This record gives sequence, structure tokens and C-alpha cells, in this order.
Amino acid sequence: MSSIAPVLEARGLVKRFGGVVAVDQVSLSLRAGEMLALIGPNGAGKSTCFNLLNGQLRADAGEILLEGRSLAGLPPRAIWRLGVGRTFQITATFASMTVRENVQVALLSHHRRIWRFWRAARHAFVAEAEALLDQVGMREQADRPCGVLAYGDLKRVELAIALANAPKLLLMDEPTAGMAPAERIALMELTRRLVRERGIACLFTEHDMDVVFGHADRILVMNRGRLIAEGDAAAVRADPAVREVYLGSGTTSGGH
Amino acid sequence: MDFLLVQFLTGLANASALFLIASGLTVIFGVTRVVNFAHGSFYMLGAYLAWTIVRALWEWGGREPWLFVSGLLLAALAVGAIGALVEMILLRRIYRAPELFQLLATFGVVLIVQDVTLALWGPEDLPLPRPRWLRAFVEVAGERFPLYDLILIFVGPVVLGLLWLLFQRTRFGILVRAATQDREMVAALGVDQRALFTGVFFLGSALAGLGGAIVLPSQNANLQMDLAIIAEAFVVVVVGGMGSVPGAFLASLLIAEVQAFGIVLVPKATLVLVFLVMAAVLMVRPYGLLGRPQAHARAPTGSVAPVIRAAPGVLKIAGAIALALAAAAPLYAGPYALTVLIELVVFILFAASLHLLMGPGGVVSFGHAAYFGLGAYGAALGVRFLAVPMEAGLVLAPLLAGLFGVVFGWFVVRLSGVYLAMLTLAFAQIVWAAAFQWVELTGGDNGILGVWPSPWARDKALFLWLALVLCLGATLLLRRAIYAPFGYALRAARDSELRAEAIGLDAARLRLVAFVLAAVAAGIAGGVYAYAKGSVFPTYISIPKSVDALLMVLLGGVQTVSGPIVGAVAFHGLFLTLLQWVEWWRAALGLAIVALVLAFPEGIAGFVQRRWEARFGAAS
Repeated sequence: MSSIAPVLEARGLVKRFGGVVAVDQVSLSLRAGEMLALIGPNGAGKSTCFNLLNGQLRADAGEILLEGRSLAGLPPRAIWRLGVGRTFQITATFASMTVRENVQVALLSHHRRIWRFWRAARHAFVAEAEALLDQVGMREQADRPCGVLAYGDLKRVELAIALANAPKLLLMDEPTAGMAPAERIALMELTRRLVRERGIACLFTEHDMDVVFGHADRILVMNRGRLIAEGDAAAVRADPAVREVYLGSGTTSGGH
Repeated sequence: MDFLLVQFLTGLANASALFLIASGLTVIFGVTRVVNFAHGSFYMLGAYLAWTIVRALWEWGGREPWLFVSGLLLAALAVGAIGALVEMILLRRIYRAPELFQLLATFGVVLIVQDVTLALWGPEDLPLPRPRWLRAFVEVAGERFPLYDLILIFVGPVVLGLLWLLFQRTRFGILVRAATQDREMVAALGVDQRALFTGVFFLGSALAGLGGAIVLPSQNANLQMDLAIIAEAFVVVVVGGMGSVPGAFLASLLIAEVQAFGIVLVPKATLVLVFLVMAAVLMVRPYGLLGRPQAHARAPTGSVAPVIRAAPGVLKIAGAIALALAAAAPLYAGPYALTVLIELVVFILFAASLHLLMGPGGVVSFGHAAYFGLGAYGAALGVRFLAVPMEAGLVLAPLLAGLFGVVFGWFVVRLSGVYLAMLTLAFAQIVWAAAFQWVELTGGDNGILGVWPSPWARDKALFLWLALVLCLGATLLLRRAIYAPFGYALRAARDSELRAEAIGLDAARLRLVAFVLAAVAAGIAGGVYAYAKGSVFPTYISIPKSVDALLMVLLGGVQTVSGPIVGAVAFHGLFLTLLQWVEWWRAALGLAIVALVLAFPEGIAGFVQRRWEARFGAAS
């Protein structure tokens, strides 16, 4: 695996808000089929880092490369076109549409069929949409409006939407936030399977240490804007700097 | 040089009145988040009340300056009391309603105040008799300059200073500033919101009343003051930044000077100049000169919109029957009924075009009549200057409307919420003013006459069929667009802009295309209307026309695709035809609007949905 060129590479990312350096010289790289977790206590800079990668924020310094191509200055929609799927910390779906229609819109956009004014969208890419919903286990609920779904189901719909453009990179901001423990494990198992099967590179932030240690191939630990540790679950668990950050701040999330 | 100085001073004098009105509007908005359409009515009431009070005082104690000043202040206080009363009776009940409903409710107040003013003071313009000291001049750089205007120059800064003291040094002022920043927090701290809001309305209305009172000596009190000033006040508030009093001051100086010099440079296009200044400011600073992004940005639509499903077969059959009945109307209906039917068909398209923006687009336009009017004038100007036949006129109509849709829409889709509503209104007022002011081109108030159909379409039946083909055809095309990928993408951008951008959709561009489509469709409606009536007038572009369209869409329901059709039929077919026979139709319509908003504060669709869920339970 290590011989393959990275899908995502970030070098020396810096983001300041006024006098605060929220992200300070962060570099990371991510290969196809890899699950990389970005963790750290509240205010460590995870979300800022994430928003730099997905184009929501613009970095003050550093560069971001997707398969060697710079993403600097591109808006989120252009980054998506290059093959980056996203799920949000607080789910964002189209509440006035059914589950299937949500995925259909993403497929229409992917196939550049948005600027059509005549044929009904209802009949477009039905099979593809249902295949995607099948993969996340939401096919039975395809006709329900997204506005009435349970939270865990919305997360699955988001995942199906994120997969609609066959992404190379999947960015998931706290994918299991607000879910019940059993749902969390199911969603992460699903994600992990899809990542492996499709050779997607997946970066996620997470507060739940069970999720992190159970599903990440590699873990990055941030504190006060900087990367303080990197490695697999065992290495990060044993790292004294990580222990200090978590024990020192008293937020041993998960309590194990 | 001297002439420029005098012009500059005139601008300063005008800025004072503008600042009084705009500061009141901005303070009210800052605290209550209500865009008060009736603010122009308070300004008008200020002028009328000052006319009555000052004359009464003069009759009692002679035409003394101090009685004049007292009269102005009393008028302002009286208007303040009226404003507080309106707040307590009406607005207090709808603070939680969607912005659109608040705007509509205050527009209802505008209509009521218009008829009340007409009933109390009559239709004539009322000039204030001017004693010698009011007509005095002073020598400024060798030119004669009215003494009263010179005094007015100082009114603005003095009021700004007093407001500053009020906001910095009194408990009320500190609460107002705190509530402007975060009203939920202020409420959480145990401050009596009701008293605060009423107080703010008193202050804001009194400022508007004073503004109306101080212009009385130079302008007569008249019934057009309210809507004439409100668009200008909106421009000032948007340019200055909503909720910012110093911003309103700066912006009123800027706008008044632009107008003062604009009259010299481009006498026919002062309002266009004002628009350009506003556009330039908003391009550099989208929240105005001294404004800040709103802390509590709300989605343009209040609640989650229901899923749009394909029309059931029954509805399609009903539609086909209605269409057949309409097409066969010449067989069984008289000429008057045909005329009404043609108008109805026009308004169905007008409402459907606005619905595309409001429903799937989530863009609440308060100036949609602009594109209807541009369509009508596009056809009429073609007839007047190029002598084009009807067929070409009906092409010019959507062309002109669409062109302006591109230009105005470019700005509109970059804003949201209140700024957006105000901007659409301001654009519409600019088009209206051009139609009204530019007499050489548009004939001004007299309009353009002789816009007749081609000979083959002069027969009422044939014209009805033409209208059916064009208007209903365009309506059906809009419907298809809503069900097509474009409509889905548009709704996607409305439901969640974040998600839409994350799947590669360009939300601003989608909205712009929707805006232009809506403008083109309204333009077709306007063009057909022009030929149906044989003439066009500036009233086609007026604010009440825009509100008509809003009411049609709301009556039918924003979130149903057939809503605008039902709404247009209900509103135009029943409401207006009935109201034609009521003498005080404005007040009646105003009361109806207010009642509608009070009865359904969450919108008719929301009301139906709530009742539905109460009876049958929420959908799973």
C-alpha cells in the first residue's frame, strides 16, 4: 500500500482567525482505501482543518493536493467535481425531497444534467440511485421525505449522496455525532466496507474514541492547532503527549 | 462654483428629512427584525397631522415660529403614539411569523392608513400657508438660499446627537443596543420585551412623523407621500446597514447629495443614479456601509417545505376541463366576461412566475410587478416608437423584462432575507419612477395609449385564445421546469445551500436563472395585458401590484405547484371583483390582509399542514 501515491496531501497548512492560530503547520497525507481519523480535544483545530480541506475556508499558508492537483482557492462545488464527497457534522439533506430524490439530484449534478427544463427529474437515474441506497441500507425508505427521517438514517442518506460522484476522497465531519452506540458501529462498519471495496480515501474527525480506535487505520492527534501525534491505535494510545492532552484536560471521551 | 455650493446645501437639507425616516426604520428593524412597510405611512401622517396642528395653533396664537415648532413636535409625538398602538394591536402578535407575513401585515396598515387619511383630509394636496419668516432667504455665496432649508441642515445632526445620547446614556438606549445585537439574550436577562418593543416603535414612528412634519413647508401634504418615501428610506437603510443609526446618517447624506446633483446632471434619471450608488455600495459591502452580518440569519422559508409529488390524475382532468371551459367561453359568455377571463389568464401567469421564485427558489420578491410592467412597457414602447405589430410587441415584452431580470437578479440572488426583499422592492420602485418620471419616453402618468392587437386578434374570442395559448402555455412550461432537474436543483439550493454546494450545484446561478425565467414569464403576462387593455400606465409597476402577486401566491399556497393558479383565480376572480363595489376598497383589502396574517401567522400552507397533522398525526 505504501508505494501508492497519496490521494490527498496537505503541506504546512496555516489558518489564523485574528490573533489566534487555529491551524498551525499541519501536514498530512492519505492513501486510497485508508481510513484516517483526526482527533483532539475541543478547540484543537479539527473542524478548521477540515474546512480548509473541503474548501469552506481558505488557508493562509500551505497547500492541499488532490492526486497532485492543487485545491487552493477552489469553492466547495469545484472540489466536489474533482471527486471529493462530504458528510456534515449536522446532517444537511434536502428536506423537501424523498430519500431517492436526494440521491437523484446528486447524480444529476454528477452527470451534468442539472440545466434541463423539460423531462421530469423523477425518472432520472432511478436504478443508480437505488443501487446507492441499497449499499447504505436505505432502499426500503427511498420514498420517504428526508424531512421526517431519524437522525441515523439521515446520516446514511448523506453517505449515499456523498458516494454519488464515485469520490476518490471522502471527508466525514463527526460522522457518528448524535447517534446511538449501536448505530455508530453499524455506520462505521458500513463506511469502512465501502472505503475498502471502492478504494476510497477517507478522512474523518470524531469524538467517540471507540469509533476512532475501532475503525481508523491511522490516527492524527491535534492540540492547539498543531499535530502532536500520529500512528495506529496502539501507538497513539501509548503516546505520552496524547495522554497528557487528554488526561490533562480531563476529557477522556468514552471513558475507557 | 456658487451654484454647486447651493446644490450641496440643498442636498444637506434633504438629507435631514431622509435621515429622520431612515433612522426610525433602522432602529425598529434592529430591535424587532420587522421591516416596517407602514413607516412611509407614519411619515405621511406626520405631514397631515402637522398641517392640522400647526394651523390650529396659529389660529389660536398667531403665526409665530415657536408655535410652528411646537406643532411639528406635537405631530411627531402623535405619530409616535399611533405607531405604538399599531405595534400593540398588530405587530406584537406576529413577531414569530415569517418575514414575508410581517411585510404583508405592515402593507395592510399602509392601505388602511391611505383610506383613513383620505377620509379625514380629503383627496386634495394640502399646502401649509407660509408666513413671511417661513419664506425668508439668506445670501449664500451670492445666491439666495431658503432660511428654512438652512435650519433643516442642522436638524439631522442634532437628532443624530440626541439619538446618540439616548442610546449611550439611558437604560432604554442601552437595552435597544443590546437587543439589536442579540434580542434572545436580552430576553433571557429578564428584560420586558413588550415594553421595549413598544417603546422602540414609539421612537421610530415619532422620528418618521417628524420627518414628514418638517418637509411640510416645502412640500404639500399629499396621499402619495407614503409609498414615494418608503423606497427611498429602504435604499438608505440598506446602504447604511440595517440596524445602524450612524450608517443611516451617512447613507442619507450620500443619497440626498446624489439626488441633489443628479437633478442637475441627469434630471430624468435621478432614481437610476441612486440605484447605481446602492449597487456599488452593496458590491463592496454586502451589509451596507456600517452594517454587520445578521447574527440570527434565518432561512428564507419559515418551515420545512413538503415534498412535491406529481399532480394526481384527478387534478389533471380538472385542469383539462377548466381549460376547455375557458376556451369555449366565447360560445356562452358575454364580452365583459371574456375581458375578465383574459385578465384572469394573465394573472395566473403573473402569479405562477412569482411562485417559481418564492416556492422552489425560496426568493421572496417584493417587486415582481417590475417585470410585469417592463413587459407591458416593452410592448407599448415598441408600438409607440417603432410602430411594431403585436406579434413583435409580444416578443419585445419578455425580452425587456428578461434583460432587467438579468441585471437586477445579479444583485438580488447574492442577498437573502430582508436585504433581498428590500432590494427587489427598491428595483421595482426605480422602474416605476422611470415610467413615471421619464415623460418623453413613457408618457409619464398619462401612460402610452393605442397599444392595440393586430387586426386578426381584435376579436375578443381570438384574443382570449391567444392569451390562453401564451399565458397558460408559459405557466405549463414553468410547471415543467419545477418538475425537471432544474427545479429539483433549485429546491436543493433552497433546502440546504451547504449541501447543494457540496454536490457541485451553484446556488447563486440557479437562483439567477430562476429570477430571469420568472421575469420573462411576468414579461409575457405584462405584454398580453398591455394589448388586452390597449394602454399601459405606471400603476402596472406599483407596489400594490407586486403585493397582488404575493397575495395570489400566498392564497394558493407557496409550496404547491398548482397554488398560484388557484390563488390567482381566488384572488382576482372573487376578491377584486367583489371589492370593486366597495367604496373604501383599500381599507377593506388592508383589513383582509391583516386578518389573513393574524389568522394564519405560519402561512396558509403551514396552517393546513398543522390542522392535518392534528387530525391525522404527523407523517410517520
